[in-house]
Amino acid sequence: MYILEIDNLSKYFGGVKAVDDFNMKLEEGSITSIIGPNGAGKTTIFNLITGIYPPTKGSIVLHGNSILGLPTYKIVDLGLARTFQNIRLFVNSTVLDNVRAACHDMANYSVLEGFFPSKRRYEQEKCIKERSMALLATVGLADRADEIASKLPYGYQRRLEIARALALNPKILLLDEPAAGMNPEESLQLMDFIRKMREKFALTTLLIEHHMELVMGLSDYITVVDFGKTIATGTPKEVQNDPEVIKAYLGYGDKNEEVA
Amino acid sequence: MSIYIQGIVYLFSINLISVMGLSLLTGFTGSFCFGQAGFMAVGAYTSGMLTKLVGWPLWIGIICGALAGALISIPIGLPTLKLKGDYFAIATLGFAEAVRLILENLQQYTGGARGIPGIETMDSPVPVLIIALVIYVLIRFYVASTHGRSCIAIREDEMAANCIGINSPRMKTISFFVNGLLAGLAGALLAHYVGFIQPSMFGMAKSTELIIMVIFGGMHSVTGALLSTVMLTSLPELLRAASIWRLVAYGLLVVIIMVVRPEGLLGSWELSIANLKQIWNNLFNRKPSVKEGN
Repeated sequence: MYILEIDNLSKYFGGVKAVDDFNMKLEEGSITSIIGPNGAGKTTIFNLITGIYPPTKGSIVLHGNSILGLPTYKIVDLGLARTFQNIRLFVNSTVLDNVRAACHDMANYSVLEGFFPSKRRYEQEKCIKERSMALLATVGLADRADEIASKLPYGYQRRLEIARALALNPKILLLDEPAAGMNPEESLQLMDFIRKMREKFALTTLLIEHHMELVMGLSDYITVVDFGKTIATGTPKEVQNDPEVIKAYLGYGDKNEEVA
Repeated sequence: MSIYIQGIVYLFSINLISVMGLSLLTGFTGSFCFGQAGFMAVGAYTSGMLTKLVGWPLWIGIICGALAGALISIPIGLPTLKLKGDYFAIATLGFAEAVRLILENLQQYTGGARGIPGIETMDSPVPVLIIALVIYVLIRFYVASTHGRSCIAIREDEMAANCIGINSPRMKTISFFVNGLLAGLAGALLAHYVGFIQPSMFGMAKSTELIIMVIFGGMHSVTGALLSTVMLTSLPELLRAASIWRLVAYGLLVVIIMVVRPEGLLGSWELSIANLKQIWNNLFNRKPSVKEGN
């Protein structure tokens, strides 16, 4: 049983085929990576899955239900959370409030009740705060809870974004280049962290990443895309030895050159 | 209380009610509304006409004025809240101008540019002041609630807000509705304070004045909006001695504050016991510095 099935997903921007007949099946609890050169359409795939763009054609099925055409917030409610390649935090809010904002499902008081104090509200807000602090502790930011998000160092901002995504209790977590801008040591830490999160929250993870060490060490499956097309899928070993992949990354020799 | 002071209290309270709505919508939800006077006009004319022409009691008229402001916000908000930033501001500006021109041209009902004189007035500004301060407290509660955090998330980054499951069209519509309600209420109260309404009272200058109050005090602070409403309502009165130069002084002050403190007077600081304690500690308690010394 696959938790997420994507069939023939395509997105054309005018004549540009950003994503062309993309197929993918995610096994529950697996870590899958999408790799490919810059501009291959990886982030577009994330934007299609989360409903930010409507696809030109194709289908996306989550838990056996099509999520095509749903607004982003409904897709998120079905158990899908993501981070962004160029971190998108609520920069003027505190670290704690960034995570608390994602806990809105834990509060069930109405908008009208929002204008008044009440015991129910007080208790729910207390739960939200406790849970947010616990999440911040898992990403190692508990002692920075009151800082303004934009003041955090870059690596911590990435962690905060992951904490915010985890606050949604997702079944599937989409991470868009989480190791971007990290040094090798930090990316190793991140690798450990993603593994731990999988255990702790029974997550299915979909990863876009350029750090090959991280991708090869972490992934159960890899899909390679180039110019919107899927050029290989398989385990890290299979993909590494695929001639198409080597071509995409290293280019290929000109046959005429050989003749000459 | 002298009539002069009463007048200032009326004006302050009425401005505060309108500014509270605007603070929620523009300061906390991030939808820049340039048509506040339009909603106030709807409230003022609804209440003014219901009490004067139909003969309804004063406070029923005022409640109807507030509801009219809220109701008009729905058909205006649904199509325009999808617009981003500047486009939304222009759309609300267009709405306010349209309201003003319609009121000017519906002569047989609204009296056209001459307006409606002889509207029943209130006896005392105290109830209005109490209403205004209660609204300040309610808005404080709201922005600290989970719904308020959703609004702030939308202001900061709407796409990221959607990606954490916030229904941004719904939250923006609610903020717009509350703003319409408060602006309608403020407009109705204004009608019953002055006793006379005409379309030119609800021009762009009024909308601008109110949005300046929100920005001047600190976009991310309800208390800042309260403080700037106190200052900017009383300032022209305090400067009355300077006669024609007072508006220049007013303008200069706004320019200076915006240059020196672009985040507004209070930034995102709110009035609370915890925050006051912190200031107290910073001023009089030497403990933190002793810790540093060790």
